[in-house]
Amino acid sequence: MTNDYIIEVNHVFKQFEDGKYALNDVSLQVKKGEFVTILGPSGCGKTTLLRCIAGFQVASSGDILLKGEDVTSTPPYRRPVNTVFQKYALFPHLNVFDNVAFGLKMKKMEPETIVRKVKAALKMANLMGYEDREVDTLSGGQQQRVAIARAIVNEPEVLLLDEPLSALDLKMRHDMQIELKELHDQLGITFIYVTHDQEEALTLSDRVVVMSEGKIQQIGTPTDIYNEPQNCFVADFIGESNIITGFMIRDKRVRLMDKEFDCIDGGFEKDEPVDVVIRPEDIYVWDKAQEKRGQILGQEDDDAEDRVPKGKFTKWYGTVQTCIFKGVHYEMRVLTPEGYEFLIQDYHEYKPETEIGMLVKPEDIQIMKKASLFNTFEGEIVKPNKVNFLNADWDIEPPAMEGLEVGDRVTVEVEFADVDLQDYEEEGKLSGEVAFILYKGNHYHLTIRTDEGGSIEVNTNDVWDDGDRVGIMIAPQHIRLKKLTAEAQEK
Amino acid sequence: MKKFRDIASARRTWAWPYVLFLVLFVVLPLLLIIYYAFSTPGGDFTIQNFVKFFHTSEAVNTLIYSMAIAFITTLICLLLGYPAAYIMAMADFKTPQVMALLFILPMWINFLLRTIATVELFNMFGLPLGEGALLFGMCYDYLPFMIYPIYNTLQKMDHSLIEAAQDLGANKANVFTKVVLPLSVPGIYSGIVMVFMPTVSTFAIAELLTHNKITLFGSLIQRSFGEGGIAMWNYGAALSLIMLVIIAATSFFDQERDHDAQKGGLL
Repeated sequence: MTNDYIIEVNHVFKQFEDGKYALNDVSLQVKKGEFVTILGPSGCGKTTLLRCIAGFQVASSGDILLKGEDVTSTPPYRRPVNTVFQKYALFPHLNVFDNVAFGLKMKKMEPETIVRKVKAALKMANLMGYEDREVDTLSGGQQQRVAIARAIVNEPEVLLLDEPLSALDLKMRHDMQIELKELHDQLGITFIYVTHDQEEALTLSDRVVVMSEGKIQQIGTPTDIYNEPQNCFVADFIGESNIITGFMIRDKRVRLMDKEFDCIDGGFEKDEPVDVVIRPEDIYVWDKAQEKRGQILGQEDDDAEDRVPKGKFTKWYGTVQTCIFKGVHYEMRVLTPEGYEFLIQDYHEYKPETEIGMLVKPEDIQIMKKASLFNTFEGEIVKPNKVNFLNADWDIEPPAMEGLEVGDRVTVEVEFADVDLQDYEEEGKLSGEVAFILYKGNHYHLTIRTDEGGSIEVNTNDVWDDGDRVGIMIAPQHIRLKKLTAEAQEK
Repeated sequence: MKKFRDIASARRTWAWPYVLFLVLFVVLPLLLIIYYAFSTPGGDFTIQNFVKFFHTSEAVNTLIYSMAIAFITTLICLLLGYPAAYIMAMADFKTPQVMALLFILPMWINFLLRTIATVELFNMFGLPLGEGALLFGMCYDYLPFMIYPIYNTLQKMDHSLIEAAQDLGANKANVFTKVVLPLSVPGIYSGIVMVFMPTVSTFAIAELLTHNKITLFGSLIQRSFGEGGIAMWNYGAALSLIMLVIIAATSFFDQERDHDAQKGGLL
């Protein structure tokens, strides 16, 4: 039985005219009645995915099934879905009643039925008595309700919502979130909700689909997504996080900052490098000055005695750099002697310059497999001591040429830390733009999108901003080459 | 006492040249027309000029004929112009601006030159000048004035409205009749006014393209002033006033719509 799912998206690709993929092998199944949120930064493909489901865009390949029926190239007016648009898209020449009645009139329903259904939908959207109002006399929130009423009056199988609350102010947005959730419970239909607001996604959804770069990064319940992010992107995008690089010593034992920590994850190889996520609110802190020998905690540090868990936890120390009051908690930046920076949220204030102790419970250490340990490219030897990859010719050291001839296809490996970034793009062999920045406690991990469409990852201590233009250099001695096998050469 | 600098920097001071211009070249001529229309060559008040017009069936017929020609021209321009504007605004052209430019390009050339060229074109192909040529010439000259405001309105239309209509079950025909067409009405009105008003008062095109065989209302006015000598000025002024009232009525009609549909157009 495959028809448990109301929507099935199978290996959908969407390529735009400029050759870029808005959707890159996206697969997603949605159960009837689910509230699914597609979450991601702008340009991640979430709206494209929604538009493919609605029928405004046709997937380049792959298929989309609604109730088990292939609708990949069905025009939007023949799909049992309705959309709430980002800017509402209300018809300015029609009043509220006629806007809501539009879909029913298209179905050529009896006028009495239309009146009855429109009234019911307006009641559901809390818009009783607004029937005769012109839509441009309504406030943003009211227009939003009209847009919702106009969609649900058609009793669709699936309601698609494209960032419906993004134009509203914060308070209104919170109110509407609650109303949407209630509406979903009342109607019992499937909601697919697109947003870039992670808080909205966590609040509303049964399941969250995190997208980036046209790919699905993780699908899971809000708690899964928050507590067990599968990769650095998800960890960084959802909530605040401390992400640092470590090594697995064995199952349930990880080495971070030259210290060993117990954790609860296993299934890694010995000494496998991993990324570790520790949420800022999961770190327990106390004043080091109050700490007594032989005890984890001091007696006089407020109620730290009760607050901080006791037991054989690995602890580490650092100095508070900044401390900002955030309303409910204090947010502190703490620097360790080893040069790692931690973001910590705690109800207690520790003033800058205070030396504090820190510990984290094993279950709050989330271990993630590294997507890659170094840059890998496909290349070709174009001249003696010259290799072409990322659409540029690079010098290599003569010893690397051993066993290779001009014309050979090779795998090129470059360590993240061996890529040099230049302030002026002309100074690099390649130019590109900083696309994604991840702070890993003691260094930055950058993803650079090159102008030729490739991407390269870089570890650096320099501070860059999203969208910075950079020149990229790699020294010859840092380029490792591996000859591809005979059959790979054929390809 | 106000300093000169204060006076010079006040915004209203800078409006004076324009006010003067408007008074000299718009208000004063209007008053002169009204004065002449209601006076004898001697300067006494009279409504004889209007009585004369309504009793000269040739003059009344010319007015009706001119309006009919203007109406037909406007209709043809609308029928040709709307699809052109629609195609430019909606189709996935890489460069819709280029097409728009091509439509606008003839407007950069003086319309007299264009009309004379049209006459030569008709002569070259041995086509007779006359009513057909007149309509052709008028449509050719004024088509851009119809296309542009409609294109403008359609182009500014929020594309998500079309998607919303499709989403609500409207097929292509319904999307057009229920959403696109109603929303382009302001552009259509602008286009109609911009074509109808100049065509109803034109005379040069008629003279050139019909060899003076067809007299339009504009020609009638022009002749009163040009050939009739100073004695005919009063009659000519009365004819001008009648035309002004008709044009004013058309544009008033347009403004009536304006407050509920300020969604584009050129006027």
